[in-house]
Amino acid sequence: MALRTLVTKRTVAAGLGFRQQLRGLQTFSLPDLPYDYGALEPAISGDIMQLHHQKHHQTYITNYNKALEQLDDAISKGDANTVAKLHSALKFNGGGHINHSIFWKNLAPVREGGGEPPKGSLGWAIDTNFGSVEALVKKMNAEGAALQGSGWVWLGVDKELKRLVIETTANQDPLVSKGANLVPLLGIDVWEHAYYLQYKNVRPDYLKNIWKVINWKYANDVYEKECP
Amino acid sequence: MSWCCCNSVCTSSSRQLLATSDLSSIPSRVSNVGLQQKRSLHGVPKVFAYYGLKTPPYKLDALEPYMSQKMLEVHWGEHHCGYVEALNKQLEKNDMLYGCTMDELIKVTYNNGNPLPEFGVAAQVWNHDFFWESMKPGGGDMPKLGLLQLIEKDFGSFTNFKEKFIEAALTLFGSGWIWLVCKEEKRLAIIKTSNAVNPLVWNDIPLIGLDLWEHAYYLDYKNDKANYVNVFMNHLVSWDAALGRMARAQAFVNLGEPKIPVA
Repeated sequence: MALRTLVTKRTVAAGLGFRQQLRGLQTFSLPDLPYDYGALEPAISGDIMQLHHQKHHQTYITNYNKALEQLDDAISKGDANTVAKLHSALKFNGGGHINHSIFWKNLAPVREGGGEPPKGSLGWAIDTNFGSVEALVKKMNAEGAALQGSGWVWLGVDKELKRLVIETTANQDPLVSKGANLVPLLGIDVWEHAYYLQYKNVRPDYLKNIWKVINWKYANDVYEKECP
Repeated sequence: MSWCCCNSVCTSSSRQLLATSDLSSIPSRVSNVGLQQKRSLHGVPKVFAYYGLKTPPYKLDALEPYMSQKMLEVHWGEHHCGYVEALNKQLEKNDMLYGCTMDELIKVTYNNGNPLPEFGVAAQVWNHDFFWESMKPGGGDMPKLGLLQLIEKDFGSFTNFKEKFIEAALTLFGSGWIWLVCKEEKRLAIIKTSNAVNPLVWNDIPLIGLDLWEHAYYLDYKNDKANYVNVFMNHLVSWDAALGRMARAQAFVNLGEPKIPVA
């Protein structure tokens, strides 16, 4: 019992954010942004960044933790019905947390390299797979604009085939739901909450502008790790 | 037969609304004309069928403070209008779908679960028409007469129904809609649908529809979906429209004929 009160202290961690240990169950907290809310203007407004991070992402984390606790409880009781019922909540909220954690790292202020085209092996791979960065951007924007409803558009790498892919996922499905070997390099949130206050229903404008703050360095690092 | 997207109980008075200056901000591409003649390359007139944008049955500022005028201007004037234009553009390419009423178009393009590309836009046009008519200034309150009795029969009480409706709205993942429908077996049900799907595809009869795409509430409520849904139930929903639709539905359900007849 004493152990439970001891482990409510937050520990600092990179990646998916702080972790709290509660009865052996790992839960999650909101990771900090590596830049100010207003640092991505004018491509993405500070209002949107703040709402997106503090409200939307936080809600996914809160609901994910709740679902995890309910799952833990159901598993220990052998309650298969509840376990099955929780799947969609886990996928949705867990996916939301995963996707947004990647998204914050995909963006960087211009003065920190945001928008600078990729160098290194990723740049070379893009030229081989798509012809040029411009061609890649055009294709991703087309897929993002055509996506009906809510979802994400991804640039990923198939770590088995060592090939770059462009994929879309619906709602908060993570990229891995489209292929077990797919590793996300860049993801663009095309849920309306990601751009509505600034761009209203003109999603193509949002997609055109977001490339000015895309953090290609992060994508390159992930790519080089998967395809050394 | 009208090409126009009119099917449910229509309380909109589009002609008198078009005359007011409130709509001056809305682009003039809006029109309710059903047929248009264009001259093809050889000067032979080619006829295109197309749908018009129906105006909501109230002025755009009539739902304040629960749904702002700005919200309606963007939601109706940009999103809904955009869907209508996209539909007309798609129909230009494919005259196999001409001659349908809106309801038929939705069922045909849904294609039993394997939707054709026109489905998304066609259904969203219908959904938004239905949505505007599901609300009214000074709405909320309670349903009356037969509809209230049915709700009490199928949900126990109106309070219980309201709770279930709000709960369904808050547990919908992603974009979609929440509906109160009358099913073929003459009972009411609350249904969640994703993206553009609506209960017509299952031959249910929708009575109330609530838009839960983020664009429907983001300008007014940001991420506070719960507030939006509660406000809809307490201040916006038009039980009069639902009653009218119910009366019409009963005519068909009692006859054992749930299909909407072709005009």
